[in-house]
Amino acid sequence: MKINENLAISESGFLFNPSTGESFTVNPIGAEIIELMKEGKTEAEISEKIIKSYEVDIKTLQKDLHDFSEILRHHQLLDQYEETKN
Amino acid sequence: MKKQRINIGVTGLNAIDSPGPGIAVIRGLREAKSFDVRIIGFAYESMEPGIYMHDLIDKTYQIPYPSAGTDVLLARLAYIQEQEKLDVIIPNFDAELYSFMKLEDKLRQMGIHMFLPTISQFEERHKVNLSDFGEKYEIDVPLGKAIYDSSEIFGLQKEFDFPLMVKGKWYDAYIAYNMEQARTYFNKISAKWGLPVVLQRFVHGTEYNVTGLGDGNGNTIAAVPMRKQFITDKGKAWAGISIDDKKLLAITEKFVSATKWRGAFELEMMKSNDNTYYLMEINPRIPAWVYLAVGVGQNIPEALTNLALGNDVEPFRTYEVGKLFIRYSYDMIVDRSEFEKISINGEL
Repeated sequence: MKINENLAISESGFLFNPSTGESFTVNPIGAEIIELMKEGKTEAEISEKIIKSYEVDIKTLQKDLHDFSEILRHHQLLDQYEETKN
Repeated sequence: MKKQRINIGVTGLNAIDSPGPGIAVIRGLREAKSFDVRIIGFAYESMEPGIYMHDLIDKTYQIPYPSAGTDVLLARLAYIQEQEKLDVIIPNFDAELYSFMKLEDKLRQMGIHMFLPTISQFEERHKVNLSDFGEKYEIDVPLGKAIYDSSEIFGLQKEFDFPLMVKGKWYDAYIAYNMEQARTYFNKISAKWGLPVVLQRFVHGTEYNVTGLGDGNGNTIAAVPMRKQFITDKGKAWAGISIDDKKLLAITEKFVSATKWRGAFELEMMKSNDNTYYLMEINPRIPAWVYLAVGVGQNIPEALTNLALGNDVEPFRTYEVGKLFIRYSYDMIVDRSEFEKISINGEL
Protein backbone atom coordinates (compact mmCIF):
# COMPACT_ATOMS: atom_id res chain seq x y z
CA MET A 1 0.00 0.00 0.00
CA LYS A 2 1.93 3.02 -1.28
CA ILE A 3 0.35 6.39 -1.79
CA ASN A 4 0.78 8.25 -5.07
CA GLU A 5 3.90 10.36 -4.42
CA ASN A 6 2.65 13.41 -6.31
CA LEU A 7 -0.41 13.76 -4.11
CA ALA A 8 -0.58 17.13 -2.38
CA ILE A 9 -2.14 17.21 1.08
CA SER A 10 -2.59 20.28 3.22
CA GLU A 11 -2.95 20.51 6.99
CA SER A 12 -6.68 21.08 6.60
CA GLY A 13 -7.03 17.64 5.00
CA PHE A 14 -7.53 18.95 1.46
CA LEU A 15 -6.15 16.43 -0.99
CA PHE A 16 -5.23 17.25 -4.60
CA ASN A 17 -4.20 14.72 -7.20
CA PRO A 18 -2.19 16.74 -9.75
CA SER A 19 -2.29 14.06 -12.43
CA THR A 20 -6.09 13.90 -12.59
CA GLY A 21 -7.13 17.29 -11.18
CA GLU A 22 -9.40 15.61 -8.63
CA SER A 23 -9.63 16.94 -5.09
CA PHE A 24 -10.91 15.36 -1.88
CA THR A 25 -11.21 16.15 1.80
CA VAL A 26 -10.22 13.79 4.58
CA ASN A 27 -10.61 14.12 8.35
CA PRO A 28 -7.57 14.75 10.61
CA ILE A 29 -6.84 11.03 11.13
CA GLY A 30 -7.13 10.40 7.39
CA ALA A 31 -4.67 13.23 6.77
CA GLU A 32 -2.29 11.79 9.37
CA ILE A 33 -2.44 8.33 7.80
CA ILE A 34 -1.77 9.75 4.33
CA GLU A 35 1.22 11.71 5.67
CA LEU A 36 2.58 8.50 7.19
CA MET A 37 2.04 6.70 3.89
CA LYS A 38 3.89 9.48 2.07
CA GLU A 39 6.80 8.99 4.49
CA GLY A 40 6.90 5.41 3.24
CA LYS A 41 5.66 3.77 6.47
CA THR A 42 4.31 0.23 6.22
CA GLU A 43 0.80 -0.74 7.25
CA ALA A 44 2.17 -2.25 10.51
CA GLU A 45 4.12 0.93 11.30
CA ILE A 46 1.05 3.08 10.65
CA SER A 47 -1.09 0.85 12.91
CA GLU A 48 1.51 1.08 15.67
CA LYS A 49 1.62 4.86 15.47
CA ILE A 50 -2.17 5.27 15.42
CA ILE A 51 -2.78 2.82 18.26
CA LYS A 52 -0.33 4.75 20.43
CA SER A 53 -2.04 8.07 19.75
CA TYR A 54 -5.72 7.11 19.83
CA GLU A 55 -8.05 4.99 21.90
CA VAL A 56 -8.77 2.17 19.49
CA ASP A 57 -8.48 -1.61 19.56
CA ILE A 58 -6.34 -3.34 16.97
CA LYS A 59 -9.24 -5.14 15.24
CA THR A 60 -11.22 -1.94 14.68
CA LEU A 61 -8.10 -0.13 13.50
CA GLN A 62 -7.19 -2.83 10.99
CA LYS A 63 -10.72 -2.88 9.62
CA ASP A 64 -10.83 0.91 9.31
CA LEU A 65 -7.37 1.04 7.73
CA HIS A 66 -8.42 -1.58 5.22
CA ASP A 67 -11.60 0.36 4.36
CA PHE A 68 -9.60 3.58 4.01
CA SER A 69 -7.05 2.02 1.67
CA GLU A 70 -9.88 0.60 -0.43
CA ILE A 71 -11.31 4.11 -0.80
CA LEU A 72 -7.87 5.42 -1.79
CA ARG A 73 -7.50 2.59 -4.30
CA HIS A 74 -10.97 3.26 -5.73
CA HIS A 75 -10.00 6.89 -6.38
CA GLN A 76 -6.66 5.82 -7.88
CA LEU A 77 -4.69 7.58 -5.17
CA LEU A 78 -2.36 4.65 -4.56
CA ASP A 79 0.83 4.31 -6.56
CA GLN A 80 -0.16 2.50 -9.74
CA TYR A 81 3.25 0.87 -10.23
CA GLU A 82 3.24 -0.52 -6.71
CA GLU A 83 -0.33 -1.65 -7.25
CA THR A 84 0.57 -3.61 -10.40
CA LYS A 85 3.66 -5.06 -8.72
CA ASN A 86 1.57 -6.38 -5.87
CA MET B 1 14.62 49.79 -24.17
CA LYS B 2 11.17 50.57 -25.49
CA LYS B 3 9.21 47.51 -26.59
CA GLN B 4 8.04 47.21 -30.16
CA ARG B 5 4.34 47.98 -30.62
CA ILE B 6 2.44 45.45 -32.73
CA ASN B 7 -1.00 45.95 -34.24
CA ILE B 8 -3.01 42.76 -33.89
CA GLY B 9 -6.44 41.94 -35.27
CA VAL B 10 -8.43 39.44 -33.18
CA THR B 11 -11.78 37.72 -33.83
CA GLY B 12 -14.03 35.83 -31.39
CA LEU B 13 -15.22 38.79 -29.31
CA ASN B 14 -18.45 37.03 -28.33
CA ALA B 15 -17.73 36.67 -24.62
CA ILE B 16 -21.08 35.01 -23.99
CA ASP B 17 -22.07 31.80 -22.15
CA SER B 18 -20.44 29.73 -24.89
CA PRO B 19 -17.62 32.19 -25.45
CA GLY B 20 -15.37 32.81 -28.38
CA PRO B 21 -11.67 32.84 -27.45
CA GLY B 22 -11.03 36.48 -28.47
CA ILE B 23 -11.17 38.16 -25.07
CA ALA B 24 -8.91 35.55 -23.45
CA VAL B 25 -6.47 35.87 -26.35
CA ILE B 26 -6.43 39.66 -25.98
CA ARG B 27 -5.77 39.43 -22.24
CA GLY B 28 -2.77 37.23 -23.03
CA LEU B 29 -1.53 39.71 -25.65
CA ARG B 30 -1.92 42.63 -23.25
CA GLU B 31 0.27 40.77 -20.74
CA ALA B 32 2.96 39.95 -23.33
CA LYS B 33 6.49 40.69 -22.12
CA SER B 34 8.13 40.79 -25.54
CA PHE B 35 5.97 43.51 -27.17
CA ASP B 36 3.29 46.15 -26.66
CA VAL B 37 0.04 45.91 -28.57
CA ARG B 38 -2.72 47.87 -30.21
CA ILE B 39 -5.70 45.55 -30.45
CA ILE B 40 -8.12 45.71 -33.35
CA GLY B 41 -11.24 43.65 -32.77
CA PHE B 42 -13.09 41.97 -35.63
CA ALA B 43 -16.77 41.37 -34.92
CA TYR B 44 -19.57 39.70 -36.86
CA GLU B 45 -22.47 41.03 -34.81
CA SER B 46 -23.01 44.35 -33.07
CA MET B 47 -23.90 42.63 -29.78
CA GLU B 48 -20.54 40.90 -29.29
CA PRO B 49 -19.49 42.11 -25.81
CA GLY B 50 -15.83 42.57 -26.74
CA ILE B 51 -16.72 45.50 -29.03
CA TYR B 52 -17.56 47.56 -25.95
CA MET B 53 -14.57 46.51 -23.81
CA HIS B 54 -12.47 49.58 -24.50
CA ASP B 55 -9.88 48.72 -21.87
CA LEU B 56 -9.00 45.62 -23.89
CA ILE B 57 -9.80 46.56 -27.48
CA ASP B 58 -8.68 49.82 -29.07
CA LYS B 59 -10.96 49.72 -32.10
CA THR B 60 -13.42 47.23 -33.57
CA TYR B 61 -14.47 46.65 -37.18
CA GLN B 62 -17.35 44.54 -38.33
CA ILE B 63 -16.29 41.89 -40.85
CA PRO B 64 -18.45 39.79 -43.21
CA TYR B 65 -19.56 36.26 -42.33
CA PRO B 66 -17.53 33.45 -43.94
CA SER B 67 -20.55 32.61 -46.11
CA ALA B 68 -20.03 35.92 -47.98
CA GLY B 69 -16.85 34.46 -49.51
CA THR B 70 -13.15 35.29 -49.35
CA ASP B 71 -13.28 38.17 -51.88
CA VAL B 72 -15.66 40.15 -49.68
CA LEU B 73 -13.54 39.40 -46.61
CA LEU B 74 -10.34 40.41 -48.42
CA ALA B 75 -11.86 43.71 -49.52
CA ARG B 76 -12.92 44.47 -45.96
CA LEU B 77 -9.50 43.54 -44.57
CA ALA B 78 -7.81 45.72 -47.20
CA TYR B 79 -9.90 48.68 -46.01
CA ILE B 80 -9.05 47.94 -42.37
CA GLN B 81 -5.38 47.58 -43.27
CA GLU B 82 -5.34 51.08 -44.77
CA GLN B 83 -6.57 52.49 -41.45
CA GLU B 84 -4.75 50.29 -38.96
CA LYS B 85 -1.53 48.88 -40.47
CA LEU B 86 -2.04 45.48 -38.93
CA ASP B 87 1.02 43.28 -38.33
CA VAL B 88 -0.79 40.12 -37.24
CA ILE B 89 -4.30 38.63 -37.33
CA ILE B 90 -5.37 35.87 -34.93
CA PRO B 91 -8.60 34.25 -36.17
CA ASN B 92 -10.35 32.30 -33.42
CA PHE B 93 -13.44 30.67 -34.96
CA ASP B 94 -13.47 27.24 -36.57
CA ALA B 95 -15.88 28.41 -39.26
CA GLU B 96 -13.75 31.37 -40.37
CA LEU B 97 -10.36 29.62 -40.35
CA TYR B 98 -10.68 28.23 -43.84
CA SER B 99 -11.24 31.71 -45.33
CA PHE B 100 -8.22 33.12 -43.48
CA MET B 101 -6.06 30.16 -44.53
CA LYS B 102 -7.04 30.75 -48.14
CA LEU B 103 -6.09 34.41 -47.81
CA GLU B 104 -2.80 33.82 -45.97
CA ASP B 105 -0.54 34.67 -48.95
CA LYS B 106 -2.53 37.72 -50.00
CA LEU B 107 -2.60 39.06 -46.46
CA ARG B 108 1.14 38.52 -46.13
CA GLN B 109 1.63 40.68 -49.23
CA MET B 110 -0.34 43.35 -47.42
CA GLY B 111 2.01 43.04 -44.43
CA ILE B 112 -0.32 40.94 -42.27
CA HIS B 113 1.09 37.77 -40.72
CA MET B 114 -0.75 34.78 -39.30
CA PHE B 115 0.32 31.45 -37.86
CA LEU B 116 -2.32 28.95 -38.92
CA PRO B 117 -2.41 25.23 -39.65
CA THR B 118 -1.96 24.26 -43.30
CA ILE B 119 -5.11 23.45 -45.25
CA SER B 120 -4.19 19.74 -45.30
CA GLN B 121 -3.69 19.74 -41.50
CA PHE B 122 -7.00 21.54 -41.13
CA GLU B 123 -8.85 19.02 -43.31
CA GLU B 124 -7.14 15.93 -41.96
CA ARG B 125 -8.02 16.61 -38.33
CA HIS B 126 -11.64 17.48 -39.15
CA LYS B 127 -14.05 15.47 -37.02
CA VAL B 128 -15.45 13.99 -40.21
CA ASN B 129 -12.00 12.45 -40.85
CA LEU B 130 -10.97 11.72 -37.25
CA SER B 131 -11.09 7.91 -37.58
CA ASP B 132 -8.60 7.97 -40.47
CA PHE B 133 -6.50 10.48 -38.57
CA GLY B 134 -6.28 8.19 -35.54
CA GLU B 135 -5.28 5.24 -37.71
CA LYS B 136 -2.64 7.21 -39.62
CA TYR B 137 -0.94 8.65 -36.53
CA GLU B 138 -1.62 5.70 -34.20
CA ILE B 139 -3.61 7.75 -31.72
CA ASP B 140 -6.67 6.16 -30.07
CA VAL B 141 -9.88 7.75 -31.31
CA PRO B 142 -13.45 6.51 -30.77
CA LEU B 143 -15.10 4.83 -33.74
CA GLY B 144 -16.78 7.51 -35.85
CA LYS B 145 -18.64 7.79 -39.13
CA ALA B 146 -19.86 10.72 -41.18
CA ILE B 147 -23.39 10.22 -42.45
CA TYR B 148 -25.49 12.14 -44.94
CA ASP B 149 -28.93 10.66 -44.29
CA SER B 150 -30.71 9.82 -41.03
CA SER B 151 -31.67 6.40 -42.44
CA GLU B 152 -27.98 5.42 -42.26
CA ILE B 153 -28.19 5.38 -38.45
CA PHE B 154 -30.36 2.27 -38.53
CA GLY B 155 -27.76 0.28 -40.46
CA LEU B 156 -24.99 1.34 -38.09
CA GLN B 157 -26.73 0.26 -34.87
CA LYS B 158 -24.57 -2.82 -34.40
CA GLU B 159 -21.29 -0.95 -34.81
CA PHE B 160 -22.15 1.90 -32.49
CA ASP B 161 -24.55 0.76 -29.80
CA PHE B 162 -26.44 3.28 -27.68
CA PRO B 163 -25.74 5.77 -26.26
CA LEU B 164 -23.85 7.37 -29.14
CA MET B 165 -22.67 10.90 -29.89
CA VAL B 166 -24.28 12.87 -32.71
CA LYS B 167 -22.05 15.77 -33.75
CA GLY B 168 -22.30 18.69 -36.16
CA LYS B 169 -19.42 19.27 -38.56
CA TRP B 170 -18.62 22.63 -36.94
CA TYR B 171 -20.37 22.77 -33.58
CA ASP B 172 -22.93 20.99 -31.39
CA ALA B 173 -22.88 17.51 -29.95
CA TYR B 174 -25.64 15.47 -28.35
CA ILE B 175 -25.81 12.10 -26.61
CA ALA B 176 -28.52 9.94 -28.15
CA TYR B 177 -29.85 7.07 -26.05
CA ASN B 178 -32.08 5.54 -28.70
CA MET B 179 -32.81 5.58 -32.41
CA GLU B 180 -35.54 8.20 -32.10
CA GLN B 181 -33.23 10.63 -30.31
CA ALA B 182 -30.42 9.99 -32.80
CA ARG B 183 -32.75 10.84 -35.70
CA THR B 184 -34.02 13.97 -33.94
CA TYR B 185 -30.46 15.20 -33.27
CA PHE B 186 -29.43 14.38 -36.85
CA ASN B 187 -32.24 16.60 -38.16
CA LYS B 188 -31.55 19.37 -35.67
CA ILE B 189 -27.81 19.45 -36.37
CA SER B 190 -28.02 19.07 -40.15
CA ALA B 191 -30.54 21.94 -40.32
CA LYS B 192 -28.14 24.19 -38.43
CA TRP B 193 -24.69 23.16 -39.60
CA GLY B 194 -25.31 21.18 -42.78
CA LEU B 195 -24.04 17.75 -43.78
CA PRO B 196 -22.39 15.46 -42.95
CA VAL B 197 -23.34 14.74 -39.38
CA VAL B 198 -20.87 12.63 -37.41
CA LEU B 199 -21.82 9.60 -35.33
CA GLN B 200 -19.25 8.76 -32.70
CA ARG B 201 -19.03 5.91 -30.22
CA PHE B 202 -19.74 7.19 -26.70
CA VAL B 203 -16.81 6.86 -24.31
CA HIS B 204 -17.56 6.75 -20.59
CA GLY B 205 -14.92 8.57 -18.61
CA THR B 206 -13.45 11.89 -17.60
CA GLU B 207 -12.90 14.75 -20.01
CA TYR B 208 -9.52 16.43 -20.27
CA ASN B 209 -8.39 19.16 -22.63
CA VAL B 210 -4.95 20.28 -23.72
CA THR B 211 -4.18 23.62 -25.31
CA GLY B 212 -0.89 24.04 -27.08
CA LEU B 213 1.15 25.44 -29.91
CA GLY B 214 3.20 23.73 -32.61
CA ASP B 215 5.95 25.47 -34.57
CA GLY B 216 5.21 23.70 -37.86
CA ASN B 217 8.45 21.70 -37.70
CA GLY B 218 7.25 19.10 -35.23
CA ASN B 219 8.23 20.94 -32.05
CA THR B 220 5.79 21.59 -29.22
CA ILE B 221 6.18 25.21 -28.14
CA ALA B 222 3.46 25.10 -25.47
CA ALA B 223 1.16 22.52 -23.89
CA VAL B 224 -1.09 22.87 -20.84
CA PRO B 225 -3.55 20.13 -19.85
CA MET B 226 -6.72 20.97 -17.96
CA ARG B 227 -9.53 19.05 -16.31
CA LYS B 228 -12.95 20.65 -16.53
CA GLN B 229 -14.27 21.29 -13.02
CA PHE B 230 -17.64 22.76 -13.89
CA ILE B 231 -19.52 22.37 -17.15
CA THR B 232 -22.42 24.45 -18.47
CA ASP B 233 -25.51 22.91 -20.03
CA LYS B 234 -23.81 23.47 -23.39
CA GLY B 235 -20.86 21.36 -22.27
CA LYS B 236 -18.51 24.33 -22.01
CA ALA B 237 -16.01 24.57 -19.19
CA TRP B 238 -17.00 27.24 -16.66
CA ALA B 239 -14.12 26.25 -14.40
CA GLY B 240 -11.08 24.09 -14.85
CA ILE B 241 -7.76 23.20 -13.21
CA SER B 242 -4.27 22.75 -14.66
CA ILE B 243 -2.98 19.22 -14.15
CA ASP B 244 0.26 17.30 -14.48
CA ASP B 245 -0.56 14.28 -16.60
CA LYS B 246 2.54 12.89 -18.32
CA LYS B 247 0.53 10.62 -20.58
CA LEU B 248 -1.60 13.50 -21.87
CA LEU B 249 1.52 15.55 -22.55
CA ALA B 250 3.14 12.59 -24.34
CA ILE B 251 0.06 12.21 -26.59
CA THR B 252 0.19 15.96 -27.29
CA GLU B 253 3.88 15.82 -28.27
CA LYS B 254 3.17 12.82 -30.46
CA PHE B 255 0.34 14.70 -32.17
CA VAL B 256 2.52 17.77 -32.81
CA SER B 257 5.59 15.88 -34.01
CA ALA B 258 3.65 13.43 -36.21
CA THR B 259 1.53 16.08 -37.92
CA LYS B 260 4.17 18.88 -37.76
CA TRP B 261 1.28 20.96 -36.47
CA ARG B 262 1.53 24.66 -37.23
CA GLY B 263 -0.27 27.02 -34.91
CA ALA B 264 -2.43 26.76 -31.82
CA PHE B 265 -4.70 23.83 -31.05
CA GLU B 266 -6.95 22.29 -28.46
CA LEU B 267 -7.13 18.53 -28.00
CA GLU B 268 -10.33 17.22 -26.45
CA MET B 269 -9.49 13.95 -24.75
CA MET B 270 -11.51 11.39 -22.82
CA LYS B 271 -9.88 9.15 -20.25
CA SER B 272 -12.00 6.02 -20.18
CA ASN B 273 -12.69 4.01 -17.06
CA ASP B 274 -9.90 1.57 -18.03
CA ASN B 275 -7.44 4.52 -18.22
CA THR B 276 -7.21 4.64 -22.03
CA TYR B 277 -7.01 8.13 -23.52
CA TYR B 278 -9.18 8.75 -26.56
CA LEU B 279 -8.74 11.78 -28.75
CA MET B 280 -12.29 13.05 -29.25
CA GLU B 281 -11.68 16.19 -31.25
CA ILE B 282 -8.90 18.49 -32.45
CA ASN B 283 -9.77 22.18 -32.56
CA PRO B 284 -7.33 23.96 -34.87
CA ARG B 285 -7.26 27.19 -32.88
CA ILE B 286 -6.82 28.72 -29.45
CA PRO B 287 -9.60 27.67 -27.02
CA ALA B 288 -11.68 30.10 -24.93
CA TRP B 289 -9.96 28.88 -21.73
CA VAL B 290 -6.48 29.84 -22.98
CA TYR B 291 -6.10 32.44 -20.24
CA LEU B 292 -5.50 29.54 -17.83
CA ALA B 293 -2.39 28.68 -19.89
CA VAL B 294 -1.29 32.34 -19.67
CA GLY B 295 -1.96 32.31 -15.92
CA VAL B 296 0.15 29.21 -15.31
CA GLY B 297 3.14 30.50 -17.26
CA GLN B 298 2.62 29.70 -20.95
CA ASN B 299 1.48 32.79 -22.83
CA ILE B 300 0.29 31.03 -25.98
CA PRO B 301 -1.13 34.16 -27.72
CA GLU B 302 2.22 35.94 -27.25
CA ALA B 303 4.23 32.95 -28.51
CA LEU B 304 1.89 32.54 -31.50
CA THR B 305 2.30 36.22 -32.41
CA ASN B 306 6.09 35.90 -32.28
CA LEU B 307 5.98 32.80 -34.48
CA ALA B 308 3.74 34.65 -36.95
CA LEU B 309 6.29 37.46 -37.11
CA GLY B 310 9.11 34.99 -37.73
CA ASN B 311 10.75 35.57 -34.34
CA ASP B 312 12.55 32.78 -32.50
CA VAL B 313 10.41 31.29 -29.76
CA GLU B 314 11.81 29.06 -27.04
CA PRO B 315 9.50 26.17 -26.07
CA PHE B 316 7.86 26.51 -22.65
CA ARG B 317 9.09 23.75 -20.36
CA THR B 318 7.02 24.22 -17.23
CA TYR B 319 3.70 25.49 -15.95
CA GLU B 320 2.03 25.73 -12.55
CA VAL B 321 -0.07 22.70 -11.66
CA GLY B 322 -3.26 22.98 -9.61
CA LYS B 323 -4.29 26.48 -10.71
CA LEU B 324 -7.96 27.03 -11.45
CA PHE B 325 -9.75 29.28 -13.86
CA ILE B 326 -13.28 30.25 -12.91
CA ARG B 327 -15.28 32.10 -15.52
CA TYR B 328 -17.82 34.76 -14.63
CA SER B 329 -20.35 36.92 -16.43
CA TYR B 330 -20.50 40.68 -16.03
CA ASP B 331 -22.97 43.34 -17.09
CA MET B 332 -21.57 46.36 -18.90
CA ILE B 333 -23.51 49.59 -19.20
CA VAL B 334 -23.21 50.80 -22.77
CA ASP B 335 -24.37 54.08 -24.25
CA ARG B 336 -26.81 53.80 -27.13
CA SER B 337 -24.53 55.92 -29.33
CA GLU B 338 -21.86 53.21 -29.23
CA PHE B 339 -24.32 50.57 -30.35
CA GLU B 340 -25.45 53.00 -33.06
CA LYS B 341 -21.89 53.56 -34.34
CA ILE B 342 -21.04 49.87 -34.72
CA SER B 343 -24.45 49.13 -36.23
CA ILE B 344 -24.44 51.99 -38.78
CA ASN B 345 -20.73 52.49 -39.54
CA GLY B 346 -19.47 48.97 -38.87
CA GLU B 347 -16.70 50.31 -36.68
CA LEU B 348 -16.25 51.57 -33.14
